[in-house]
Amino acid sequence: MKHRWADRLSLERLAPWLVPLGLVVLWEVAARSGWIEQRVLPAPTQVAVAFWDTVSSGMLFHHVGISFQRALLGLLAGGGLGFALGVLNGTSRHAELLLDSALQMFRNVPHLAVIPMVILWFGIDETAKVFLVAIGTLFPVYLNTFHGIRTVDHGLIEMARVNGLGRAAVFWRVVLPGAMPSVLVGLRYALGIMWLTLIVAETIAASSGIGYMTMNAREFLQTDVVVLGILVYALLGKAADVVTKSLEHRMLAWHPAYHSARSAGG
Amino acid sequence: MGNSTSPALKRVEVTQEPVSSDVAPVVDADAALGRPLSLDGLHVAFGERKVLNGLTLDIPARQFVAVVGRSGVGKSTLMRLIVGLDKPGAGEVRIDGVPVNGLQPSVRLLFQDARLLPWQTVLNNVGIARRPGWREASLAALGDVGLVDRQSDWPAVLSGGQRQRVALARVLVSHPSILLLDEPFGALDALTRSDMHALLERLWLQHGFTTLLITHDVSEAVLLADRVVVIRDGQITYDVPITIPRPRRRSDAAIVALQSKILEQV
Repeated sequence: MKHRWADRLSLERLAPWLVPLGLVVLWEVAARSGWIEQRVLPAPTQVAVAFWDTVSSGMLFHHVGISFQRALLGLLAGGGLGFALGVLNGTSRHAELLLDSALQMFRNVPHLAVIPMVILWFGIDETAKVFLVAIGTLFPVYLNTFHGIRTVDHGLIEMARVNGLGRAAVFWRVVLPGAMPSVLVGLRYALGIMWLTLIVAETIAASSGIGYMTMNAREFLQTDVVVLGILVYALLGKAADVVTKSLEHRMLAWHPAYHSARSAGG
Repeated sequence: MGNSTSPALKRVEVTQEPVSSDVAPVVDADAALGRPLSLDGLHVAFGERKVLNGLTLDIPARQFVAVVGRSGVGKSTLMRLIVGLDKPGAGEVRIDGVPVNGLQPSVRLLFQDARLLPWQTVLNNVGIARRPGWREASLAALGDVGLVDRQSDWPAVLSGGQRQRVALARVLVSHPSILLLDEPFGALDALTRSDMHALLERLWLQHGFTTLLITHDVSEAVLLADRVVVIRDGQITYDVPITIPRPRRRSDAAIVALQSKILEQV
């Protein structure tokens, strides 16, 4: 009985990997046998070799490090500003009246459309990329923070006031935690946009970073490095998602959707 | 949030604040806490509709008054005026002869729904105001309502009756002089409700707060109160003392007789 249960568990764990694994094998066979031309798509093993080469030369870490730094700085600046504006406009009707329509106008400009402008302003140095990531991540965080704060249960705010909490205490203990699920949704959106923006910005105007690495490889028809760059982006995106998910589990442990245990202690 | 509450019983002795000697005693030495409440010619109108029309009522200290009326006669509006969430169009609320202006630290309101913060544990909900010594006071209040063993649970896992008991503990923590109850047991099943009646009566006898219970359940009013008043057309139209000795029984002939007498007036 116990054995059968264990078997089923391991099978259940393996199942989601079967299809991707099969595809990789198919890809390898197709590339090796010449069905797929080398300049169209290299074999997975060639990508693995490229991975090893770039790792051992230190090139991969160099580029990934720079991309990561840009992503983080842009997210901190854009997400931070978006959060602050969301809190400001969410808590103050006056601020909303003054700022919201302007923000909505800016929001509707596709942020990648300003790339030519950004290059004129900042050239192709770091500021340009960080700036682009910042405006890309600002709006999802802003919108979701604003929405989260506005939809906090008014009954809870009233209850807190009746129980003698001042304005600051109401904000920290009721409004902000109540808005948190929505803020985190905004963060997840922002992370997606963060990588997207960075890829575009680095392929258009950069002299380092993963985007530059793949564009440079394209010039020399190194399709293996191009595929490697794409995979690295995929991994970084996935890693960012895992981090936010664990953040959600920590910060929203109270939420019935995240209950892993009956008790909150410990 | 929940990190410090796990073995909380053992941690009670830990002094949270430097001042622990002059914190108000947790167990009751304040049986004479109740203060007189007078409502003098209260008028409230929402647009053309007059909700309260010169409502006047004097309640001596420590009296338990039940307010009965059909839905929409302004019972909840009355509560909001007394607690200081809203202001009357005309007239005054006085506590101890002093007119009320704004939220009152000596008045606490138990809402129809428990309004617990879902992101705080039971203990932290009870001590929401975080006054010095709140941990000990909250544990004592939880003991009063029989929920010490649920102190580190999230509110989401509690039953309706337990949630309302936590809310009751939350108002007890601040030792109110006047306790307002806005149909607090309306959403509970009959058995739980009768448990809550016994609990409320015991706490009222023990703490001695002036109590105003809003209800549409006439039997509840007669069972618990020293005095029942009926609101109609924005005024007190019927005012009857209940002198039946406690503990009272629902099936008592005198209770049943009073009940039907009051029902005629509603």
